[in-house]
Amino acid sequence: MAIPLNYNLRNLIVRKTTTLMTAAGIALTVAVLVGDLALVEGLSTAFKKTGHPLQALVLRKGANAEIGSVVTRQAFQTLKAKSGIAANSAGEPLASPEIVTVINLPSIDSPTGMNVTLRGLGVSGIEMRNVKLNQGSWFQPGQRQIVVGKSVAKRYPNAQPGKNLKFGRGEWEVVGILDGGESAINSEIWGDLNQISSDFNREDQVNSVLVRAVDAASIKALINSINDDRQLNVSAIAEPEYYERQTSAGAPLQFFGILVAVIMAIGSSFAAMNTMYAAVARRSAEIGTLRVVGYSRASILLSFLVESLMLALIGGVLGCLLALPLNGITTGIGSFVTFSEIAFNFRVSSQAMLVGIIFALIVGAIGGFFPARTAARKEILTALREI
Amino acid sequence: MKTVDYLPLITKNSFRNRRRSLLTISSLAVSLCLLGVLMAMSRALFFEAEQSPAQAVRLVTHNKVSLAQPMPASAEQKIQQIQGVQAVSVRQWFGGNYRDARDTRNFFARFAVRPEKLFQIQSELIIPDDQKQAFLRQRTGCVASRDLANKFGWTPGERITITGDIWAANLELTLVGIFDDPDRNEWLFFNHDYLRESLPSTDPNRDLVYQILVQADRPEDVSSVGRAIDDLFANSPYPTKTESEQAFALSFVSFLGNLKLFLLAIAGAVTFAILLVSANTLSMSIRERIREVGILKTLGFTPAMILGTLLGEAAVLALIGGAVGSAFAWVLCKLISSAPTPVQQLKTLSVTPLITSLCLFAALLIGLASGMIPSVGASRKSILDSLRHTG
Repeated sequence: MAIPLNYNLRNLIVRKTTTLMTAAGIALTVAVLVGDLALVEGLSTAFKKTGHPLQALVLRKGANAEIGSVVTRQAFQTLKAKSGIAANSAGEPLASPEIVTVINLPSIDSPTGMNVTLRGLGVSGIEMRNVKLNQGSWFQPGQRQIVVGKSVAKRYPNAQPGKNLKFGRGEWEVVGILDGGESAINSEIWGDLNQISSDFNREDQVNSVLVRAVDAASIKALINSINDDRQLNVSAIAEPEYYERQTSAGAPLQFFGILVAVIMAIGSSFAAMNTMYAAVARRSAEIGTLRVVGYSRASILLSFLVESLMLALIGGVLGCLLALPLNGITTGIGSFVTFSEIAFNFRVSSQAMLVGIIFALIVGAIGGFFPARTAARKEILTALREI
Repeated sequence: MKTVDYLPLITKNSFRNRRRSLLTISSLAVSLCLLGVLMAMSRALFFEAEQSPAQAVRLVTHNKVSLAQPMPASAEQKIQQIQGVQAVSVRQWFGGNYRDARDTRNFFARFAVRPEKLFQIQSELIIPDDQKQAFLRQRTGCVASRDLANKFGWTPGERITITGDIWAANLELTLVGIFDDPDRNEWLFFNHDYLRESLPSTDPNRDLVYQILVQADRPEDVSSVGRAIDDLFANSPYPTKTESEQAFALSFVSFLGNLKLFLLAIAGAVTFAILLVSANTLSMSIRERIREVGILKTLGFTPAMILGTLLGEAAVLALIGGAVGSAFAWVLCKLISSAPTPVQQLKTLSVTPLITSLCLFAALLIGLASGMIPSVGASRKSILDSLRHTG
């Protein structure tokens, strides 16, 4: 028969200072873990929300990223004539040649400058993305105008409507703020394709071409037909897949955060063990009494283990509460793929919190097992005699 | 009685409950180890570490807009003529793929450089003279750092093929030399002329460079040389940004995100966790002993003496934890610094004597702070109350 849970609960309440201190230690560990998971999740959300399932990104064969890719205008002419490419209302193929580079701007976090992606594109490129303007107007073809993503506007003091940015052959006027929902587009600056390519002396080549397939059935065929065309010397990749690959930018921080959390967990399980050993020592006579009343060794073991798990659960919940305020905070991280910064929001998801609580329970189980075993092994008579 | 005479009592008391002391010390050690590693990291990442004499005279010039924007190849000549410049070499980043690029193990830095300048500017790199000569002679030759060569088991004569992505060229290189690099980078250098010839004749990149490495005459000249270079190109179509090599390397740290805040937050959490653990243990062990404190008082111990011994006990446990933790941190830093990383600074990760003493100091402070409340309580309790206490 199991010892009622109420017994454990009351014990935890009686020793409330110790309980709270131990739980707080576990809470800090859980907060570090949940915070780290929230960071990684926020980053991967930004990438996952970028990219249209019907679209493919065309890069030079061998290139892993837009910035390292070159597609000639000639190849673009061949590309846009491929069958399977959707057309817009005006009957023009939805294929957008784009030029991508990075410019260095001082940001709030790094005053010495951080790289921001600059993308030159035409009307079809805008049409192919799920974006809207938050403020101001779109850049006009042939004008030295740019629009900045909303995260860029938030993080880079110089990238504000009405201000000018200097790159290429001179000044560019910021005319609007771009809202790409939660996507990575918020971290980009957009301008007119032709204007930007002439500024950077790249009139006869672009970095990438974005194409939209007619429907879900034809996207695969379109990608294959582009990949198999030897003359083009390009390769196509589904747009969502391209962005998903970039989530690796968070890998070092993820690894580091988890490492720290595990090390802290080792420390807190020692602390929990200490607390539980003390509990066992103090309640020696009680353990003897429980045995006399008829509870088995197994019930004693279970009872102390459960008490430790309850302790850890309190810690886990506290830890999640501690990490919760992180939700929605914007931060940025550099990607070695785009060679620029992507801004994203921390996302404390229920999944991350669940992981945190399970993590706490593991700490509690490790910390509780040995003391519980000691308690269960006590002989009745010696247990009763101890004070 | 002198203070020293209390030492046996303190140490004996510290270990009366051996299991608890061990657990406390382990817990403190683990956390302090983490704190040590965090401190070592912020030192490596944010404090300008002591530069080697070779690095102290080096600068990097690139286009002001960003590293992805070029400068005309002629810039190299123009910089060479600036007062205070010892040597100049283009240093072209050649991304590309070696073997299967999906395996990150196959990633390492590949730079196109001027072979005749490389070992002059990067004077910390040591290479046997015959291998250096071979690198100068053979246009398709390349040299690799020892760490890189060991990783792939390369020996001189190895054929290394790198397919270009940013650059429209595939390189067929032959390893002609292996150099020793005190900073243990994974580097491959090859001849810039070979890269240029491999590009299609129409490729505008033939006459563009993206990074130029500059060596100043003396460390004092570094800032004036940097200014002179940037002034020279300020009104050209290609304004430049020249920074010391160390500052240039630091700019990549920001790629890891807002690390400063990240490290600070974790360090805060860890410190607070240690405080809790140690406060908890001490109050547990003191609570058990209140009766004993009463007995000590009847024997004539003053409250101050009792406070001293109890705090001494806290200090002993914390200091042992701190020492063990520092040792662990040292091991961990050694492991991290020898692992492959895109962040160069982590190679210099180490637990310096300063960090060790900071760790011990933090441990001591935490021990005393956490022991204060229960110790003061116990030392103030009246004899009768203490003796009545049933722990």
